Amino acid sequence: MQPFMTVSGPAAPLLEPNINTDIIIRIERLTGMPRSELGAYAFEVWRTPSKDLPKPNLILDRPPFRNAPILIAGRNFGCGSSREAAVWALMGLGLRAVIAESFGDIFLNNCFQNGLLPVVLPKDSLDRLAGEAATGDSVTVDLVACVVRTPSGEAIPFTVDPQRRQALLDGLDEIGATLKRDSEIAAWQSRDRAARPWIWATG
Amino acid sequence: MTPQPRTLLDKVWDAHVMATRPDGQALLAIDRHLLHEGSFHAFGMLDHAGRAIRRPELTFAVADHYVPSRDRSGPIPDPEIATMVSTLAANAGRHGIRHFGLDDRQQGIVHVLAPEQGLTLPGLTIVCGDSHTSTHGAFGALGFGIGATEVAHVLATQALWQRRPKTLRVDIDGVLGPHVTAKDVILAIIARIGAGGAVGHVLDYAGSAIRGLSMEGRLTICNMSIEAGARAGMIAPDDTTFAFLEGRAYAPKGALFAQAVAAWRQLPSDEGARFDREVTLDASAIAPTVTWGTSPETALPVTAAVPDPGAESDPTKAGQMRAMLDYMGLTPGTPLESIAIDRVFIGSCTNSRIEDLRAAAGVLRGQTATVPGLVVPGSGPVRRQAEAEGLDQVFRDAGLDWGEPGCSMCVGINGDLVPAGERCASTTNRNFPGRQGPNARTHLMSPAMAAAAAVTGRLTDIRRLRRR
Repeated sequence: MQPFMTVSGPAAPLLEPNINTDIIIRIERLTGMPRSELGAYAFEVWRTPSKDLPKPNLILDRPPFRNAPILIAGRNFGCGSSREAAVWALMGLGLRAVIAESFGDIFLNNCFQNGLLPVVLPKDSLDRLAGEAATGDSVTVDLVACVVRTPSGEAIPFTVDPQRRQALLDGLDEIGATLKRDSEIAAWQSRDRAARPWIWATG
Repeated sequence: MTPQPRTLLDKVWDAHVMATRPDGQALLAIDRHLLHEGSFHAFGMLDHAGRAIRRPELTFAVADHYVPSRDRSGPIPDPEIATMVSTLAANAGRHGIRHFGLDDRQQGIVHVLAPEQGLTLPGLTIVCGDSHTSTHGAFGALGFGIGATEVAHVLATQALWQRRPKTLRVDIDGVLGPHVTAKDVILAIIARIGAGGAVGHVLDYAGSAIRGLSMEGRLTICNMSIEAGARAGMIAPDDTTFAFLEGRAYAPKGALFAQAVAAWRQLPSDEGARFDREVTLDASAIAPTVTWGTSPETALPVTAAVPDPGAESDPTKAGQMRAMLDYMGLTPGTPLESIAIDRVFIGSCTNSRIEDLRAAAGVLRGQTATVPGLVVPGSGPVRRQAEAEGLDQVFRDAGLDWGEPGCSMCVGINGDLVPAGERCASTTNRNFPGRQGPNARTHLMSPAMAAAAAVTGRLTDIRRLRRR
């Protein structure tokens, strides 16, 4: 996983609530396409006009937010389907951090697995940040200090699970770390086989 | 000292914690790992790192998302889709994982197949790379969706790091009215608490109305927990649960079943157990329900009208409502029952079990659909049961197509699509923009309501139709 320490640049405000993973990346794009190409299809539903249902341009397609490294989103961002490709598509757009009032639970976990930092801020702080960021002036997300610095210089603190923070800072492979507990897992499974034999009777 | 009363979630969670980190994350043992075609990323990650699968005997692969539901007489015509399906078979084969593929009589939607086969049992932890894994909570299991990297983690370790969710008890007491189903109940719950109202929580469904539901109804309720933002949904196991499981292929047998039931009876929440939040609904106040917008939280009684953004005091919400109305092609104030539909879909992991098909067939028997439609059973056994009861003929006689088991028109990836701009009365779980096809317009409802819409060509109060 790509380590994350700090990122600075324009922060695109996209404050609609409940933006789901179907919106972020359509399921049709998940068959033969390499991860690296998914960014071109992020938010396709909103970027592709049709004669029946014309869609406005996506803010991420407009200067100064084209290639912005930070997205400011509404509540429950990334709800819906568990597709991790939603995170890959956002990263394919060049995003490294998403700041929102809340996130879909599965999406939140997927972010941490890939080095896309999800930052939760209270609504008043988020609205203030979005207002300042609308000009395209630089915002900084600093995971070392756990603060978001606004264009005016205000430092808004945020919290991240300490273990997850360290994993992001180090670019840690979580599977490798868990496999170091192999004997612990084996011992637990051995005890469980005796306590709940019906779990294991799958043959 | 008297032990602290514990919730159903507490009991299942505590029984699976193998280790705890200083930040409070627990390493949870995983009892069942369900895979579908989207798992190829996870297998690729393991192959790249040269890692083995820890417990193939607790892992089960099911072809469902990408499989065609119309014609299986020959090879899958789309090469990319065909590759997705064959890759799952290949990955399962080389790792010794039980695979329910297209040539298997039990094949179906993973969240229909696993309960039906007795793979889902009370007290289990169950994960799958699919958000509707919450379905399995109907048995008092903790089922939740995970992403591709976490799928790889479970394949390699049979464990997963998780933070204990909060609990939200949803109490539904009273008696459901005529033709009010589990689908109406869960849509009413989501409308009440919102699409993000249960983020970070497990929904614990209780009350006399929940206890009165069949297992099929309970599966529908838990299935859509994710649409309220919940991590999972759970219903305490009881005699209804145990009766459903007895004799199933992968359920314990004989003395082992009796031993398991004795343990399962200890799972319901203790008297006095504390929940982080509680919500109460009156079952008798729930009506047949449909959605009007592009989120499941836009559910209303079918007797209501399309809401007016002008009456909404919150400008952000009003703007969101306008965008939904624009996408859905609806005008504020329009009675929901006057909205014409272009097609119906009856199926999905929410509503494709035998009880669902019986309900739809009960409405369609002797009727002719005025719009095209597709009925897709949730599994091979459901399909055969429906055919044994003549339900397939009822659907065909009404003018609807009868499909092969799979996710079908719920995900718009397997050839079953709602054409752009068309309006579909659907028994699925998500009415997101483009979910059933680019620019498709989806109205969520119960199987009986979808069948009623097929007959009248518009959203229809099933109670009115049944009084004829």
